[in-house]
Amino acid sequence: MWLVRRVAASVAIVFLVVTLTFILMDLAPGKPLLGPPEVVNDPVRDSVLTEQFGLNGPLHIRYFRYLGQLSRGNLGESFGLRRPVADALAEAIPNTLLLAGAALLIDFLMGLGLGVYQAWRVHRLPDVVLSNVTLFLYSVPTFWLGLILLLLFGEWLGWFPIAGMSDPILCPSVSSFYCVMDRLWHLALPAATLGFVGAAGTARFQRAAMLEVSAQDYIRTARAKGASERRVVLRHQLRNALLSFITLFGLAFPFLLTGSVLIETTFAWPGMGRLATDAILRRDFPVVNAAVLLASTLVVTGSLLADVLLAAVDPRLRVRGTA
Amino acid sequence: MTLQAWSALLVAFVLAAWTVGALRRRTARDEAGRRFFRHPTAPWGIGVLAFFVIVAVAAPLVTSYSPIAHNDIVALKNQPPSWSFILGTDVYSRDLWSRVAFGARISLKVGGLGMLVAVTLGTLVGAFAGYYRRWVDAVLMRGVDVGLALPRIFVLLLAIALFDRLGETVLILVIGFTSWFGTSRLVRAEVLSVRERDFVAAARAMGAGSGRVIFRHVLPNAAAPIIVSAALGIGNVLLLEASLSFLGIGVASPKPSWGNIIADGVPYLATAPWTTLFPGLAIALVVMALNAVGDALREALDPRQQAKEST
Repeated sequence: MWLVRRVAASVAIVFLVVTLTFILMDLAPGKPLLGPPEVVNDPVRDSVLTEQFGLNGPLHIRYFRYLGQLSRGNLGESFGLRRPVADALAEAIPNTLLLAGAALLIDFLMGLGLGVYQAWRVHRLPDVVLSNVTLFLYSVPTFWLGLILLLLFGEWLGWFPIAGMSDPILCPSVSSFYCVMDRLWHLALPAATLGFVGAAGTARFQRAAMLEVSAQDYIRTARAKGASERRVVLRHQLRNALLSFITLFGLAFPFLLTGSVLIETTFAWPGMGRLATDAILRRDFPVVNAAVLLASTLVVTGSLLADVLLAAVDPRLRVRGTA
Repeated sequence: MTLQAWSALLVAFVLAAWTVGALRRRTARDEAGRRFFRHPTAPWGIGVLAFFVIVAVAAPLVTSYSPIAHNDIVALKNQPPSWSFILGTDVYSRDLWSRVAFGARISLKVGGLGMLVAVTLGTLVGAFAGYYRRWVDAVLMRGVDVGLALPRIFVLLLAIALFDRLGETVLILVIGFTSWFGTSRLVRAEVLSVRERDFVAAARAMGAGSGRVIFRHVLPNAAAPIIVSAALGIGNVLLLEASLSFLGIGVASPKPSWGNIIADGVPYLATAPWTTLFPGLAIALVVMALNAVGDALREALDPRQQAKEST
C-alpha cells in the first residue's frame, strides 16, 4: 500500500514537471523554427512549417495534443535535427549511460573505500590528509577539474585523447577488441573527473556515517564481547553505516545528471546532456521536453529506489512505513 | 604591479589574519565560539573568506590595471605570470589578477545574494508548512517534491532562455528561486519539533498571533541548521554560477566573474593555461573555506554532533 502510494506520487511529480517545462518553453522568446537565413522571412514556408510541427493554436490545445502523442509513446519530431526525437535520444542515451555508469562505479567504490578507511584511521595522519584531499575535490567546479585533467594528461603528457568518445576513422563504431579498448581509453578522463568529484562527496558522507555509528552502544557491546577490530569495523559498523549510503545512492542520480551536462560539454562527449543543452539554446521544444521527461523520471526513480531499498534492508523503517 | 598594489595586497593579508584573531578573541568567552575554533580548518576558512572579501571590496587598490582594458593586444597577449602581471594576461592582453580581483565582487555577490534569496524563501515555506501543518503543509511540500525532481540544470537553462541576455539581478533571482527546496525541508523538520515545545505554547497562551509566534519564538530556535545550510549553500551557488558561465549563459563578458574568466580561457587551454587555472583555484579556495566554516558551525551550534564525533 505504501509502495503504491509512493509510485503514484512519483508519476504525478513527473507529470507536473513535464507540464511546467511545456509552459516555460512556450513563454521563452525566440522562434523555434530558425531555418537557413535566406529563407527565414518566407511567410509561406513559415506557415507550412508551423502547421507541420503543430505550433499553431493556443497553448492548451497544443498541450493536450502533446500529451496525446506522449501516451502513444510518440516523442515528436525535432525542429533542429529534422528527425524523430526518439532516434536522437536512442543515439545519445547509451553514451551518457556509459559515462555515468563508469563514473558511478568510481564514485561508489572509491568513496566507500576511502570513507571506511578514514573512519577506521580517524584523526590520524592518513585521515587528515585524505580529509583535505576530499574537501578540495568536493569544492572544485566539476568542469574545471575536467579541464585541468585534460591539460595534464591529454595536452602535456599525451596519455589520453582530448575529445570525443572514439577514434572517428579507425573506430566509428564498436567492432573489434581494439575498438573496445579505444572507447575505454576515451572514457577514462571524463569518467574519472565525474567519478572523483562524486567519490569525494561519498567519502565525506560515509566517513561521517561510520563515525556516527561508532558511538552506538552495539559497537561497544561488540568490542566488549571480544570481536576482532576487523569484525567490528566490517560487520557491525559498516553494515549499519550502509543504511545512510543507500540514501546517497538516490541522491547520486541528480548529481550525475548535472555533472554529465558539464562533462559532456568539456570533453565533447555526444550524450544526453549536450543534446539537451543545445536543444534549449536552439528552442528545440520536442527534444527539450523529452530530455526533461527522461531526467525527471531518473531523479524520481532514484529517490524511489533508495526508499524501497531502505525499507527492504532496515526492518525498523518497514514497521513505520506500514503503520 | 606597482608598489602601491603590492603593499595593498600585503595589507589585505594582514587584515585577513587579524580578522581571524579578533574573531577568536571575541568569541572565546562563548562555549559555541570555542567549539567553532576548535575545528582544525575553521580559522583557515575564516581567513580565506576574509581575504577574498577584502580583495573584492578593495579591488581597485590591490590591482594596478583595469580588469577590462586591453593593455597591448599584440605584445602582451597570453603572457605567463610575471612580476608586472602576477597571474599573467589573457588573449585580449587583460591583466588576469585584475580580472580575478574584480571578478570576486561579482561572484561573491551572486553567491551571497543568491543564497540569501534561497534561504529566505526556503525558511518562509518551511516555517509555514511546519507551523500550520494540515493542507498548507501538504500543498507546500508536494510543491517542494516537484522542485526537487526538476532537473535543476535544465530548469536554469530554460529560465535563462526566457531572458535572452540576463543581468546580474535576474541571475541572482533565478538561482535563488531554484535553490530553496532543500532548505525548506530542513526548516520544516526543525519547526515541527520546535512548535511542540512549552515556550511556544506559553507564547500562544499569552495571546501572541501566529506571525509573532513563528518569527519571534519558533524560527530563532530553529536558526542553527538554517545558518549551516546557508554557509554550505553559498559554495553551491558559486559553483553553479561558474557552471552557467561555462555553458555560456552566466554573467556576460567583458564584465569579469570567476566563471566567465574560466570560460574565456577554455579555447586557449593549451597555450595559456593560467587563464583557466587561477580563477578555478579561487573558486575552489572560497568553496573549501565555506565548507570548512559550515562544518565548524555545525559542530559549534549543534553540540549533539560534537558528542558523537569525540567518541
